[in-house]
Amino acid sequence: MSAPTFDLGTLHGGLRMPACKDESTARVIQHIPIPTQLVLPLAQHAGEPAHPVVSIGERVLRGQLIADADGMISAPVHASSSGKIVAIEQWPVSRRLGENAPCIVIECDGLDSPVQLSEPIVPFEKVDPESLLQKILHGGIVGLGGAVFPTAQKLMAATAESLEHLIINGVECEPYISCDDVLMREHAAEIVIGAQILLHALQLDHCLIAVESDKPEAIHALADALTELQDSRIVIKQIPTIYPSGAEDQVVQLVTKKEVPTGGLPTDVGCLVQNVGTAVAVHNWINDGEPLISRVTTVTGDGIAAPMNVMARIGTTIADVVNFVGGYTDRAKRLIIGGPMTGKAVSTDRVPLVKATNTILVLSETPAVGTEQPCIRCGECAQVCPILLLPQQLYWYACADDEAKLRSYGLIDCIECGCCDLVCPSHIPLTADFRMAKARMRELADETARAERARKRFESRTVRLEREQLQRAQELLEQRKKVQKAGPQAIQEILERSKSKDNSASEKDE
Amino acid sequence: MEFQRHDAPFFTPRTDVASIMRQVLYALIPAVLAHVWFFGPGILFNLIIAALFCLAGEAAMMKIRRRPVQAALADYSAMVTAAIIAFALPSLTPWWVTATASLFGIVVAKHLYGGLGFNVFNPAMAGYVVVLIAFPMDLNLWTAPRMGDIDYQYPTLLETIRYTLTGVLPSDLGFDAVSRATPLDQVKSGLSNMRTFDEIHNNPMMGHFGGRGWEWVSNFVALGGIWLLLKKIIRWQIPLGVLAGLLIPSGFLYWVDAGVHASPGFYLFSGATMLCAFFVATDPVSAATSPKGRLIYGFGIGFMIYAVRRWGSYADGVAFAVLLMNLATPAIDYLTRPRIVGHRKLEKWRQE
Repeated sequence: MSAPTFDLGTLHGGLRMPACKDESTARVIQHIPIPTQLVLPLAQHAGEPAHPVVSIGERVLRGQLIADADGMISAPVHASSSGKIVAIEQWPVSRRLGENAPCIVIECDGLDSPVQLSEPIVPFEKVDPESLLQKILHGGIVGLGGAVFPTAQKLMAATAESLEHLIINGVECEPYISCDDVLMREHAAEIVIGAQILLHALQLDHCLIAVESDKPEAIHALADALTELQDSRIVIKQIPTIYPSGAEDQVVQLVTKKEVPTGGLPTDVGCLVQNVGTAVAVHNWINDGEPLISRVTTVTGDGIAAPMNVMARIGTTIADVVNFVGGYTDRAKRLIIGGPMTGKAVSTDRVPLVKATNTILVLSETPAVGTEQPCIRCGECAQVCPILLLPQQLYWYACADDEAKLRSYGLIDCIECGCCDLVCPSHIPLTADFRMAKARMRELADETARAERARKRFESRTVRLEREQLQRAQELLEQRKKVQKAGPQAIQEILERSKSKDNSASEKDE
Repeated sequence: MEFQRHDAPFFTPRTDVASIMRQVLYALIPAVLAHVWFFGPGILFNLIIAALFCLAGEAAMMKIRRRPVQAALADYSAMVTAAIIAFALPSLTPWWVTATASLFGIVVAKHLYGGLGFNVFNPAMAGYVVVLIAFPMDLNLWTAPRMGDIDYQYPTLLETIRYTLTGVLPSDLGFDAVSRATPLDQVKSGLSNMRTFDEIHNNPMMGHFGGRGWEWVSNFVALGGIWLLLKKIIRWQIPLGVLAGLLIPSGFLYWVDAGVHASPGFYLFSGATMLCAFFVATDPVSAATSPKGRLIYGFGIGFMIYAVRRWGSYADGVAFAVLLMNLATPAIDYLTRPRIVGHRKLEKWRQE
């Protein structure tokens, strides 16, 4: 058994929070039966939405490709079960921008008949890394930690860098969320094999699995799986339980003692981070030929009758999921897709469970928070900021819309973890303000770029016009010289010619 | 079913301004009791008058500025200002002095700069400095501390009320009978008269460190301050900075020549040192905000207190030290910004 280790980098600030995970980890993962209807958004990943390759009325099978990747960064979508395509339309979804998005709606036949699955690649070591990456590209696999960046593209981009470690992220630091925890407990072997596949695809021989110290069962399960699979390349790293240690850059900082440079990626310090769920998805696709059509989701909160972790088909609506776990309690007032720190509140449970949905959190009434008061500069926000930002200054500059200051005080480095909000005695919604300021800054940058383009266009037009004018003047001058050289006779001739031309033109008009 | 929506995070904030201010007030209770025990009930009347005028000033300014009056009064920040003013003033102070300090602090130093969160100067200290300059004679009437065995005369409760309201002592009680020069005054004048510190200090009035009564009030102030530290209402950087800023120069000079310099222990436990370290300098609004900046800010205050006490013309220098360092706050904050994670060096970052 590889001993969990504490040889770690440090993380500034952060918060110790009530875990609220015991409710959902009390039982094993429950499988939700196939619903009557599946709603599959075309954009379940970062980047360009997929484009549909099926038409309405068409019958599809489980695992069949229904929307293909489009563009450089994109991921395909597969049918989560068999049935008939009944619509390709706008449907409410959970995301930050906009309420609706195009979705493919499947009416399930309940047979769950599988498509002729693509041949599993066993053993994966036989295949060269390049074709393994190509294979992963078609599995519809995206980062299941929350960012949903297409995994294949992330891997391909990383192969161009000099890598040292693959980090499998099992650090689930946000309260309530426990889907990765139960996945590690119950599917440790798949995680390890997924990691082996990734190591082979990346041609690496060092992998760290980072797990928080408050997940002893998960650590044990992983350690057992490692002993069984006898892989010395993979080491478990136990890290302290503090929010937000599970964010990608923060995990890197903790396990490798290296900071991801501003605006950079973990690959800049030789690391590639994949979530444990992603590792399982890779395993399922490569080993069993099953694309990403289901995931483990935590359904919890005081608004849920029986909190638990469920294995659900992608596209199951939240309403169906909640029905399966026994429905809402009387106190249910807020529906949050994601965790309590970074999730997104939605107004309706018609939204589907997507690849990114790690948690369905239903909470009671919004607590009566006092009105926002002026900042008293207590600096508690700076004490907890894991990035060492000064939120009190950023807030000041965000109010003043001072873009230069926001830039120099590192607004773009903010990871929006929400720690500052929680400790603010003045109840200022700092994270929301920063999110907005960032959006404004992006807009401004876009505008500046547009203005710059327009300016260049205008300038080149002016230059062109000037050049043309000069040319014409020169031509005129030359002509005049020519005429003068030819003498008055020629001038007379030219004048007559032009007169006759005028006449013929006017005749034509009549 | 329609669900409520608002932005993440979905947890309730852990604390609020009112509860912070309330706890600061609670932390001062032991010190108030000690003050009453040693110096008579005068501080209670100071407190009542200061509270009255601070709250009235706050309400009036909020009304004029068309802001919610109720919310401002409910955050207890004006009460904290009042409490600190009450502590800063002598135990026998006529009401108009207290009122002037309170109104100047709240109206000018706080609201004319934009109200809570925007004031550059600590309101209590600004108010105190104004009366220190405007009413120098009225700021001398410190009753003698209760001394136990030593014969000691002090005004009764009624006489205290009467003096607070009229500024007149009963004819049979002279100023000289009820008041004593503070230990800081005694040491200052003694040292300038070429007496050694040991000589001056060899007097039951001087207590163990900072003067009879004074040192005990300081102890209780520090106790309240430590409670605030434990409750994480204040952080350790500013108190440590202030105490170090005072201890290091005074300790060094005392070590060089113990005859002509007062002991660091004396400076630590006399006057308003402890009040400053835990309650005045830690006012977040007018203090530096970065941890390193707070150490520097505190150290600057401590050093300045020592400089005024040792070489200045005032006996205590807390108010001047705090106001001067308030001015330096933006510069300190700017120069002590922490290195953002993922940024290489501060220098590079500044150039961007």
